[in-house]
Amino acid sequence: MEEQKISVWSSVRFWRNTAAWVTGFAILLLIWLSVDSVPQITLGTIEDLEAGVTKRVPSAAVINYEISYELDNKRKTEVPIIGGKQLFFGRNDYSQEEADELLHHGKMTVQSKNCMNCHTLLGNGAYYAPDLTKAWLDPMWSETGPYRPMTGKATTEEAMAEFLLNPSKYPTHARMMPNLGITPEEAIAVVAFLKHMSSIDTNGFPRNFDKLKGAVNAK
Amino acid sequence: MLSRVMNVQYESQKLAINYFQVALVLFGAQLLFGLVTAIQYMYPQFLFEIVDFSVARMVHLNAMIVWLLFAMIGSVYWLLPEETGIETVGIKIGRLLFYVLTLAVTIVVVVYLLVQVGPGNAMSRWLIHEGREYIEAPRWADIGIVVVILGFLGNVFATAFKGRRTGIVTVLMIDLLALAGLYLAGMFYTKNVSVDQFWWWWVIHLWVEATWEVYIAAVLGYGLIKTIGANRKIIEMWIWIEVAMLFGSGILGIGHHYFWIGTPEYWLEIGALFSALEPVPLLGMFVHVIYDWGKQAGKRTPMSNTPAFSWFVVCTFGNFLGAGVWGFMHTLPQINLYTHGTQMTAAHGHLAFYGAYVAGLIGMMYIGLQGKYGLKQMRMSSSAKWGVTLLTSGVLGMTIALTIAGYVQTFIERGQWGATWQGYFAAQDSVWMTQAYGWRLAMGVVTILGFVFLMKDLMTIARTAQRKNLQTESTATATA
Repeated sequence: MEEQKISVWSSVRFWRNTAAWVTGFAILLLIWLSVDSVPQITLGTIEDLEAGVTKRVPSAAVINYEISYELDNKRKTEVPIIGGKQLFFGRNDYSQEEADELLHHGKMTVQSKNCMNCHTLLGNGAYYAPDLTKAWLDPMWSETGPYRPMTGKATTEEAMAEFLLNPSKYPTHARMMPNLGITPEEAIAVVAFLKHMSSIDTNGFPRNFDKLKGAVNAK
Repeated sequence: MLSRVMNVQYESQKLAINYFQVALVLFGAQLLFGLVTAIQYMYPQFLFEIVDFSVARMVHLNAMIVWLLFAMIGSVYWLLPEETGIETVGIKIGRLLFYVLTLAVTIVVVVYLLVQVGPGNAMSRWLIHEGREYIEAPRWADIGIVVVILGFLGNVFATAFKGRRTGIVTVLMIDLLALAGLYLAGMFYTKNVSVDQFWWWWVIHLWVEATWEVYIAAVLGYGLIKTIGANRKIIEMWIWIEVAMLFGSGILGIGHHYFWIGTPEYWLEIGALFSALEPVPLLGMFVHVIYDWGKQAGKRTPMSNTPAFSWFVVCTFGNFLGAGVWGFMHTLPQINLYTHGTQMTAAHGHLAFYGAYVAGLIGMMYIGLQGKYGLKQMRMSSSAKWGVTLLTSGVLGMTIALTIAGYVQTFIERGQWGATWQGYFAAQDSVWMTQAYGWRLAMGVVTILGFVFLMKDLMTIARTAQRKNLQTESTATATA
């Protein structure tokens, strides 16, 4: 293995140079793609929403609107659809600033309460509790689901907030959510965060969401 | 592990031993809190609202990351004087930083356990934890870590420039610089969860699947030279191949974390293309040096440290299986669409971290132990065998159990129930899944048993060997 001219393939110098070029190229490509990606995932504005402009990550003011998750025939994946106005805790006229403040407070609460170490957000986190990516749209919280009657509330947002305030009062599963000392303001903000998260274009994750109802019941 | 006969001549290596000792304590904490979470999967009432799953898991993960970092820093302090031929520059500062880091880590863990959660404001993030998986450390600790790492880097660079700069040291210099710089990407707050996770992966992925892997390749290279007298030229060649393949595939491999977090669709192609080639060169290096060693076995001295070598074997194949095979199992977007956020990831995580990092760094601890007691040769003891066997089978068992859990979860929750909460609960309650959780707990206990043997061995193996040496030939220690 001495540096005789046996073959370039066993030369340390050759591989060092290769490593340098390959690494340099990969770093440049990553930086270039990041420069392209980050603007595409920055928050949209309330004007985008009003004008019907689709953003991968809409403005926090999306809480004023109805959100659904439907199959896009062109992309062949499910995408969030922002529909007409919808009340959120009795209002649908949250300004950009108010909505931003709610999202900010919600995100801070989600971090402070360590949600991610039981749940997943956008599929990342722990697997001890359900994924929260599309929690806002989950049938459990819908009109026909069991959580509204359980909490005695008429809307998804109120049911979610009530649950967050007294989680161990509503055992949804043997694995109960602990009481995390969430205040009423924090609960509203967390629900705003969840509603906003459900409007993010996740390239179709989760797939077939709410389209299948246990074809074979697993017992 | 205090010894009466300290044979280490470099201050740097004494410091390395201290780093290893703290690492082992934190390793114990990692396993203990892992056990708590495994029990909670089976019996959710266990420590409910005392040490909740979220708290136990945070300690489980953070203790692991921090002990690996301690062992990584320790390994560098160990090999640096031998590679460069001089005492590490600024070792006094290095020692001071060691105490600072240990104190900071202790405070962080105590706060995790006693305070647990705070109100939804910035103070919680600065003082308690950040609530972002893997890098939960509160901001004050982040800044502390950066200061400590900068000091450590200063030591490494100053020593490398003053002494002999081998290929191993060169790779480590570049790699550690990147590793430290990347940590900064995780040190800011944004209310946008997509942007948050985008930069969060710069730290997690570019650490674990790029810079840490290169680090372990360099350290394993040193370890193979130490244990079997591997040919340095072969080692250096493979380390550079490793750098090329790891950084070539690993850096853009970050794309497999950008499938579903809001980022554009082109990441699906990028992430699928650049993945999972990462640990292949490590296997290549290992096989090549073993072949070379076998060819000349008669002419060279035999293996000088069999426990360390056995851990390097586990590292090589564990890395290939855990990071490579288990990673590739769910890295293609067509599969990941269904497996993302299931126990598949947990299965991959357990074997990958164990194979790639835990095994290699325990091997380095054995090398440190051998050097500390000045042993020319260190042979396997029975507890060393039990340690490596039980730890490896335990982790492999947990991985298989979690893989089954992952398959079942993917099948029931994602396949049959369309990924709703009802589907999540249906999967969790299915008998396949609860059985898998049971096996994971059992295998976790096996892992802990292995750790007990490992600890016993690390405390006794070298001293026993030294005593034997003294008995058989009284000159043995004098020549070391």
